[in-house]
Amino acid sequence: MSIKVQNISKSYNKIKAVDAISFEVNEGEIFGLIGPDGAGKTTLFRILTTLLFADEGTASVAGFDVIKQYKSIRNCVGYMPGKFSLYQDLTVEENLTFFATLFGTSIEENYDLIKDIYIQIEPFKNRRAGALSGGMKQKLALCCALIHKPKVLFLDEPTTGVDPVSRKEFWQMLKRLQQKGITILVSTPYMDEAALCDRIALIQKGSILKIDSPQNIIEKYDKTIYDVRAKNIYQLLIDLKNYPSQYSVYAFGESIHYTDKETEFDPAALEKYLEEKKHTEIAIRITIPTIEDVFMDL
Amino acid sequence: MNQEKIITVKNLTKEFGSFTAVDSISFDVYKGEIFGFLGANGAGKTTAMKMLIGISKPTSGEAIVAGFDVKNQAEMVKKSIGYMSQKFSMYDDLTIKENITFFGGIYGLSRAQIKEKTAQLIQELGLHDVADKLVKSLPQGWKQKLSFSVALLHEPKIVFLDEPTGGVDPITRRQFWEMIYAEAHKGTTLFVTTHYMDEAEYCDRVSIMVEGKIEALDSPKNLKQKYHVDSMNDVFLKLARNVEAP
Repeated sequence: MSIKVQNISKSYNKIKAVDAISFEVNEGEIFGLIGPDGAGKTTLFRILTTLLFADEGTASVAGFDVIKQYKSIRNCVGYMPGKFSLYQDLTVEENLTFFATLFGTSIEENYDLIKDIYIQIEPFKNRRAGALSGGMKQKLALCCALIHKPKVLFLDEPTTGVDPVSRKEFWQMLKRLQQKGITILVSTPYMDEAALCDRIALIQKGSILKIDSPQNIIEKYDKTIYDVRAKNIYQLLIDLKNYPSQYSVYAFGESIHYTDKETEFDPAALEKYLEEKKHTEIAIRITIPTIEDVFMDL
Repeated sequence: MNQEKIITVKNLTKEFGSFTAVDSISFDVYKGEIFGFLGANGAGKTTAMKMLIGISKPTSGEAIVAGFDVKNQAEMVKKSIGYMSQKFSMYDDLTIKENITFFGGIYGLSRAQIKEKTAQLIQELGLHDVADKLVKSLPQGWKQKLSFSVALLHEPKIVFLDEPTGGVDPITRRQFWEMIYAEAHKGTTLFVTTHYMDEAEYCDRVSIMVEGKIEALDSPKNLKQKYHVDSMNDVFLKLARNVEAP
């Protein structure tokens, strides 16, 4: 077991940020903490990286206890915090050298691990970190978190504010790191990234709502979701919300995901209702749920 | 859609030394339109947006926003627009009422107007119980909705939303877009940047910036047809770095 969390709780004043959370991450696994801002993801990261004490519960990382053996943990984990926290006034290369030196290693020693990522920022190695674009900063931060060849990598919202292309490339990098035997705990508010993890925990308001593989979470979802389309999407949203037996109505890109309270739901009746509301180009069909559908129903 | 132009951009360019961040972009935005302004990190979106809201001077080219020239009438531009970003929305250490009063003052509203708007806003958002609480005590989702309403206090013709939904939970994100839709229906123009490609589908038209230039501009439907893909995410992947969709 690479990470073991048992009944961890943490409060700030009266607010319970993390409420009796337990989960385990297997060695070599990519485990995702999926949830919005304020769910408790960062607090959990800080406890596991030994930067914060939990009020209750125990946790271990790479076999070491987060309190009694915190120094051992610090040597064998890499942590990329959500907020960019490298030295803005040092250059790309200086930052990397600095972190390598802290851990008693050198860029050369573990170069193979960071090579794929580092070659993308190498043309800017003499640029100050503060002057890099968002995507470049993220790559540098990942290099710095990897330079001592950690056993476990903690990535706190590494893709927040990152464009879809860079996000895709970032996940390809994570897959390559996983193949090199590194265990990865990653958090994200992007539900589409959940599908790229081996297992995920859906987390909200300090509690875990569900832990499973993304496929299982989707397969076990028991409601039928209808994909509804019409020409005027905004009016469609309003009219669907006024349909008497509606259970949930959510915009999903160019269509609307609709679920009904009744087990005997008849899509033809809904279509008739929409026709009466003067909708055109109406299309109703059953669709496969996404992690986002499941999350919103929890 | 009404074809009255709210933004007219012609050959707008911004150079930083030898680096051209925004490279002669041209486009129009119409009244009541939801205009999605997309691009990869570092493509020049923020620089372009800064010029449009009057806080950065173009190197060359011109932009007329809400009837004013961003070069010579920057102050008038600032007064005529609303702006909200995820990074800066409101003062955490002021109460909800204090924030509304403060921004009302900044936007040049009279005391009577501020009073009226405050009451209206608190009513509409259902914030009676928390009106005198500090903004930092509000959940993130409420903050976003409130700061959107605050950006609309002075009834601007156009509102710039810079990644308004980053990190917000999926339900709040959708509620936020319903507010955007409703505002567009009233005739306000919404200029939105986002990294959520499902949100790009909600826009009337979308532009995609690549390396300082506007590489594509059309409705989501037409863009998908043009690039023979099923989603805006795939359009983006194709354009932004010539990456083939998976």
